[in-house]
Amino acid sequence: MDVQYVYTKKRSEFGRPCFFVDEGPKLMENIMPNREFHNGYIFKNPVNRSTQCSSVLAEHEVNTIRAQYDQRGMNHTEGGWPREVNPTDEEQTLRFKKKIEKDEMYVHTVLQLTHAMEHCILQNNAINIYEEYFEDVESATLMERCSARTLNVYRDPNKVKRPVTHLSWSPDGGTRLAVSHCNLEFQRRSPDLSTFSYIWEVENPNKPQLILKPSVPIVCLEYNPKDVNCLVSGMFSGQVAFWDVRKGSTPVDMSILEPSHRDPVYSVLWINSKSGTEFFSSSTDGQVKWWDTRKLNEPSETLILDIVKGEEQILSRALGASCLEYEGTIPTRFMVGTENGCVISCNRKGKTPAEKIVSKYTAHVGPVYALQRNPSFVKNFLTIGDWMARIWSEDCKESSIMWTCNHQAQLTDGAWSPTRSSVFFTTRMDGSLDAWDILRNQKEAVISVKVCDYQLSNLRVHDQGQLVAVGNNMGTSYLAEFSENLAATQRNDKVLLTAVS
Amino acid sequence: MASEVEETMKRIQSHKGVVGTIVVNSEGIPIKTTMDNTTTVQYAGLISQLSDKARSVVRDLDPTNDLTFLRIRSRKHEIMVAPDKEFILIVIQNPTE
Repeated sequence: MDVQYVYTKKRSEFGRPCFFVDEGPKLMENIMPNREFHNGYIFKNPVNRSTQCSSVLAEHEVNTIRAQYDQRGMNHTEGGWPREVNPTDEEQTLRFKKKIEKDEMYVHTVLQLTHAMEHCILQNNAINIYEEYFEDVESATLMERCSARTLNVYRDPNKVKRPVTHLSWSPDGGTRLAVSHCNLEFQRRSPDLSTFSYIWEVENPNKPQLILKPSVPIVCLEYNPKDVNCLVSGMFSGQVAFWDVRKGSTPVDMSILEPSHRDPVYSVLWINSKSGTEFFSSSTDGQVKWWDTRKLNEPSETLILDIVKGEEQILSRALGASCLEYEGTIPTRFMVGTENGCVISCNRKGKTPAEKIVSKYTAHVGPVYALQRNPSFVKNFLTIGDWMARIWSEDCKESSIMWTCNHQAQLTDGAWSPTRSSVFFTTRMDGSLDAWDILRNQKEAVISVKVCDYQLSNLRVHDQGQLVAVGNNMGTSYLAEFSENLAATQRNDKVLLTAVS
Repeated sequence: MASEVEETMKRIQSHKGVVGTIVVNSEGIPIKTTMDNTTTVQYAGLISQLSDKARSVVRDLDPTNDLTFLRIRSRKHEIMVAPDKEFILIVIQNPTE
């Protein structure tokens, strides 16, 4: 078969368009299979194939940027010698120096200079001008101006707003805030009123992190100080419920109606127990009940707040409890604030009910809304009720040791600052939040912030002392931040406070 | 006259806390010194440069002004420099503590 095709063309025909013509197929070559070749093939059997089951490794080389090191030295040599003088020749240098010393200019100058120099030398010898004179005196702390501002606003996502009844910070540094909403007005409940309460993440005020959906509205809600996932709540119906945020929006367990309270549970607090599952609750029906979260079908203990020292405690004589106080460091004692203005200090370990109720203080004209011991001075406690805030000492039963003046609006809640022992906060019905510093000014609040136009119902101070969460009647919670000087402890605070109290 | 200079220098040296005294001329040559040669040479070179710089600073800020005295206080001692057009007097002293 020839692979060449030779043709000739006239030069004048170069560049002319080609006219292609269809032509049918033409068989050029036909190579037939040759059967004999097939015999030459040998089948390969067995066939060897290799595989490997191992990780694929690769090798890489890396070298860091090398630092260049350089050694340098400096050689001090004498310079400035005039050309005729050889620096190494000692005699010549000496001669040169002597010559200069003879110069009158030299003498004159040196005498002048020494005059000034002597003055300084003597000065140095006389007194050390750089001495630290007042080493042990601390620089006086400046009177700083206090300020406060609202950081975040958490609104009730429901259409019908219900008032905030309780706030609780989560124990892990306060990254979450649990807010309970409930309309406490008598017979205000309508079936379509939502029972939801919320757990908000502090950073995100747009959407609550978790919606708690009980069957009855929650009146008060508390995080377990030892476990960031557990909460306990007291409900409008008098029951108590135990929640776990990991479980979801329904309570893990709820107490049954009969052994529970007969009135809404206004206050619920965790107890320092070994198991970390005990808490107690109080309500306006005059009972204080102790519960264990593992067994919520009946309370472990009940106390009827009947202060008339009789043989028996009668429920009809009991005083309704409006708030509870419990200090973890004094595990067997607790205090109850009642609806008629008394504060009762109780001992849990008392054998008879009479022993349980230790002492009684007449605090306010109306119900005691808040009661809290000073975190650093546990013998002193703060009560909030009617139009003023009072500070009491346990030893002094006749009256409070300190009280604020009567305000224009009723006080609704108050708390000590956990970081600064002389500072406490109060909320008022006209929507303002006050911060008081008893070391600075006892007659009026150090700073007063008008948070909103509606009545502020609740207040909770963050563990670090600078943030305060307040809730109002419209279901909105505000997060206010106070300036540093209200949160950071000063060194003399404790000393001064002991002197005051 | 020369003996006066000698006496004055001796007097300065005898003050409490004075470690050494050097007189350096404008070219950096130590004329008179009470310390060993290496230290003297070091001080002479470094201090004259510093004194020149300080003087130029003062004069740059205000041309009518001039440097009268320079004191360098360090943890261990104080170097006092009295400059002049031609010569520089350097005294190293341990201030009283």
